[in-house]
Amino acid sequence: MKSLLALGVVVLTTAALAWAGSDAQPKAGGAPKPAITKAVKGEQCVEDTDYMRRNHMKVLNQHRDQTVIEGVRSKKHSLKECINCHASEKTGSVAAAKEDFCVSCHSYAAVKIDCFDCHSTKPQGSAAMHPLNAETAHYKHQLAAQATSKVSAEEMARVAQ
Amino acid sequence: MSELKSMSDNTPNSPQLESQQRRRFIGAATATAAGLAIAPGVMLYEVAHGRSEDEAVSSAVRWGMLVDATKCATGCNDCVSACSTENGWTSVAESKHPKQAPQWIRKLELQDPLTQMETNLPMMCQHCAEPPCVDVCPTGASFKRADGIVLVNRHTCIGCRYCMMACPYKARSLVHESLNDTQKPDVPRGIGCVEACTLCVQKIDRGDGNTACAEACTAAGHNALLFGDMNDPESEISKRLRELPTKQVRADLNLNLGVRYHGI
Repeated sequence: MKSLLALGVVVLTTAALAWAGSDAQPKAGGAPKPAITKAVKGEQCVEDTDYMRRNHMKVLNQHRDQTVIEGVRSKKHSLKECINCHASEKTGSVAAAKEDFCVSCHSYAAVKIDCFDCHSTKPQGSAAMHPLNAETAHYKHQLAAQATSKVSAEEMARVAQ
Repeated sequence: MSELKSMSDNTPNSPQLESQQRRRFIGAATATAAGLAIAPGVMLYEVAHGRSEDEAVSSAVRWGMLVDATKCATGCNDCVSACSTENGWTSVAESKHPKQAPQWIRKLELQDPLTQMETNLPMMCQHCAEPPCVDVCPTGASFKRADGIVLVNRHTCIGCRYCMMACPYKARSLVHESLNDTQKPDVPRGIGCVEACTLCVQKIDRGDGNTACAEACTAAGHNALLFGDMNDPESEISKRLRELPTKQVRADLNLNLGVRYHGI
C-alpha cells in the first residue's frame, strides 16, 4: 500500500513537472528565436558547437588577453577569425543587422556586448573594408589634407602643443 | 649611458643606483643564459624575430625608432598620412572636430629663435622603457609589452586620461565619439579609450618588421625614419645609433626612450 502511494506521488510529481515545463516553453509570437545561419566560410568551428554556445566568451576573453599583452595572434579562438567565418552574406558583418550572427542570439538572450564599439564587425578584405593599396590610400589622404583647410597651421600647432 | 656612469662614480653607495646596476646585471645574466640555451651560432634575437604564431613576445627584443631630423623634409606629411591609413584614425585636417582629433603621430616644425634654424621632426609615443603613463594608470590598462612597445589595453581602459596628463610628449589621444564600425579589423579602437602610436604592433606581430610611417618615409625617398630592434647589435638601427650622435627628447626625465632623434 505504502509503495503504491509512493508510486502515485512520483507519477503525479513527474506529470506536474512536465506540465510546468511545457508551460515554460516560449509561446509562439514571443521573443523571436535567434536565426542562426551557418558560417559562410569553413565547415567546422574550432570547437564543438555546444561548447562554443556556452563558452565562447571565456575562449574569446582568454585569447584577447594573450593577444593584447603577449602579442600572440594565433588564428584559433581569435575574434577576427570568428568574424571571417560568421559574417553574414547579406550585410558582410556579424553585427550590422538583427539577423546577423552575433546580434541575433545576443538580442534574444538580452546580453549586451560592447565588442563592436572597438572591433570591426566585418572581415578583412570584404568589399566594405577593402584595404586600399598603400600608394592610392596615401594619395587619397594627401588630397584630403589639401582639400580641407578648415584648420590653420597655427591651430594645428596649438593642438600639438 | 655615459651620464649614468659618471653619476655612479660620484655616488658609489647610492642604493637606487646599486639596485639599477644589479637589475641590469641580472637582465644581462638572463639574456646570456637564454643565449646559451640556443644552438651555437644561432643568436637569441634571431629566434625572437622569427617568433612563431603562438609564442609570446620577449624582452630579448626592444623595438625602437631613429628619427633623422636632418633628413625630415619641410612640408612633408607622409608619415602622418601613412599612419592614419594603416591604423584607421582621422587626421586633424579631415576631422569634424579638429581639437579632439586623434594624433598618433604629428609633424612639428621648430625654429631656433636665435639662429632662425628650422628643424622638422615627427613626434609620437616615445615608447619609454619607464613610461609615466603606465605609472599613473589606475586600472593597469596602460602597459609596456615585453618587447618595449607601450600600449593601451582598451579592454581595461576607463578613459580617465591620467596617462594623457602624465605623458611629457602629449602622445596620447582620447576617442571622444563613436566610430561607427569604421575601424580596421587589425586595429580595434573605440569611444572612451585612450590611444597612441603602437609602433604598428599589428604589422610587427605579422612579421613585417617595419612601421607604416617608416615605410612611407622610405617610399618618399627621405629615409628619415629607421625602425628596428635596438637590442640586436647587428640591426641597422643599432649600427646607426652607434655612429650618429642622437638625443632623447626630455632626456632629463631619464625615461630611456625607444625613439631617438638625430639632428635636434
